[in-house]
Amino acid sequence: MSALLEATDLVYHSGGKALVDGIDLTLAGGSFTIIIGPNGAGKSTLLRLLCGELAPARGAVRWNGEKLQAIPAWRLAHRRAVMPQASDLNFPFTVFEVASLGTQGIGRGLSRSDRQRLALEALEQADVAHLAPRNYQTLSGGERQRVHFARVLAQLAAGRTLEAQQALFLDEPIASLDLKHQLALLGTARDFARQGLAVIAVLHDLQLAADLADELILLHEGCLVTRGTPDSVLTPPTLARVFGVTLHASALPTSPWMLVPA
Amino acid sequence: MTSVALQQGRVRAGFRESRALLLSALAVLVLLVSLVALGLGATGVPLSRTLSIVTDAVMGRTSALGGDGLIILQVRLPRLLLGLLIGAALASSGALMQGLFRNPLADPGLIGVSAGAALAAATTIVLGDALLAPLIGPLPFTILPIGAFTGGLLTTLALYLVATRNGRTSIATMLLAGVAFGALSGAVMGLFSYLSDDRQLRDLSFWSLGSLSGATWAKTMTVLPFILPTLLATPFLARGLNALALGEAEAFHLGVPVQRVKALAILLVAVAVGASVAAAGMIVFVGIVVPHVLRLMAGADHRMLLPASALLGAALLVAADTVARTIVAPAELPIGILTAAIGAPFFLWLLLRRPGGMAL
Repeated sequence: MSALLEATDLVYHSGGKALVDGIDLTLAGGSFTIIIGPNGAGKSTLLRLLCGELAPARGAVRWNGEKLQAIPAWRLAHRRAVMPQASDLNFPFTVFEVASLGTQGIGRGLSRSDRQRLALEALEQADVAHLAPRNYQTLSGGERQRVHFARVLAQLAAGRTLEAQQALFLDEPIASLDLKHQLALLGTARDFARQGLAVIAVLHDLQLAADLADELILLHEGCLVTRGTPDSVLTPPTLARVFGVTLHASALPTSPWMLVPA
Repeated sequence: MTSVALQQGRVRAGFRESRALLLSALAVLVLLVSLVALGLGATGVPLSRTLSIVTDAVMGRTSALGGDGLIILQVRLPRLLLGLLIGAALASSGALMQGLFRNPLADPGLIGVSAGAALAAATTIVLGDALLAPLIGPLPFTILPIGAFTGGLLTTLALYLVATRNGRTSIATMLLAGVAFGALSGAVMGLFSYLSDDRQLRDLSFWSLGSLSGATWAKTMTVLPFILPTLLATPFLARGLNALALGEAEAFHLGVPVQRVKALAILLVAVAVGASVAAAGMIVFVGIVVPHVLRLMAGADHRMLLPASALLGAALLVAADTVARTIVAPAELPIGILTAAIGAPFFLWLLLRRPGGMAL
């Protein structure tokens, strides 16, 4: 697996404080990477740097060797989709229209009905097809998050007509989802990684992160503490140092997840 | 998959049909309102006669025109066209501004852009008379749209800069800043009216009340090149504004050149509002009422909203102008009074029925 995204010495300041402070990172296609860390560790900032939304004060992110800031927005939109933490809409768009935003102006050789098909398939995939004609503003927080997931999936599907190698960024994608949809969304994300996409998510739930990630990236105060397979990262001493809590990590390979407070 | 196919067919057919239907219905409305506006007034002209006069004029047969023909071609037609242009410009500017600020309550009149444009026009009248007239003689009308446009542009930019921190535009700050700009330009207008002579005073009250009276072919033709490009360019912003509704970061993720879309929208609003204010003074609330009604009727997609706003705005302003010039005939009500009298209660109703109360 060659590196799709390569970050070197990333630094980002805001208000005189370094939110991300000298991070080096490579991300490959086909891998599900989850960024973890306590509040204010710089997880979301790192994600926004990696997807090109923020320009680093120092260092650079490269996509297949090409500097991210030099890639025009429209081309970047074919290569990667980003699911934000929360998104308000002040206008009465329908759910179908929101998902369709992922296909407007993206893709090559797509007819209008192709785009509509992609949007509808994405809605099905995110389990919100039944909400298609509803006004987005009347949805619950969890439903909104799933609609945005559908929008992101539609964007990837449309972008695939132009770019073979894609990445998916998820910023706390399951914050307001119920358990069923948490597992479904992360399962879909992992399937995408299996299909060759680079999938990068910020997650608070260490248990889910440990179960699903191919690789964990642990951040603390803007710095990369350690990265690697879940069992190499989630060691009791590291968790105690970074999160300030004492946990007992125990491997239960047969169980998809476990709910055991330490 | 059957359900998907079914739903797909329904959604697609529904969208296309309703969009085409709405736009054609609005175009017919514009046509009807225009015919009524041509016929109504101090001298009533029957519909059949109106039609034959207009067709005669279009065919170049002007010899057979009587007095009613002159009234229609020289008085009502330029006024009708000016009304259509300005109504379309104001409503489109409202829709653009609401898309730009991601808020259905933004309006060029409400947040002080029109006030800035009117102030610049008033400055041109009062100071231009005093400073430039001795040098170049009577000022050409063209200088007013340019002055008003500059005023509108500067106010829009100032509002945007004040309200934007770290790439995020605060709607609350923008509205408050708009109030401050409005008050400031009100104060300067007051100062001008204190300083000005009788003729200038009458001109100033024209700016602050808004009116389509005094429309001539020359005036209409001067405004046309300022408003037409704005109307033609708005559809190209539709996709960008749709994505921008999700937020600036989200629009960027979707591949929209956010800064370019924002700059173009600001420029178009300033040009259209500046030209409108120069020709007809301040006419408020058209920009907020029209897009809102259309969103209730047909949803928020800017690909539909922008052209539909232009059409409904044109029809609404011409209808309001027809009422304004017939209701107290032979005198005339300034149209700004009429739109404010209808628009202000509508705006209050809008605030009251918003879910979540008064949060900005």
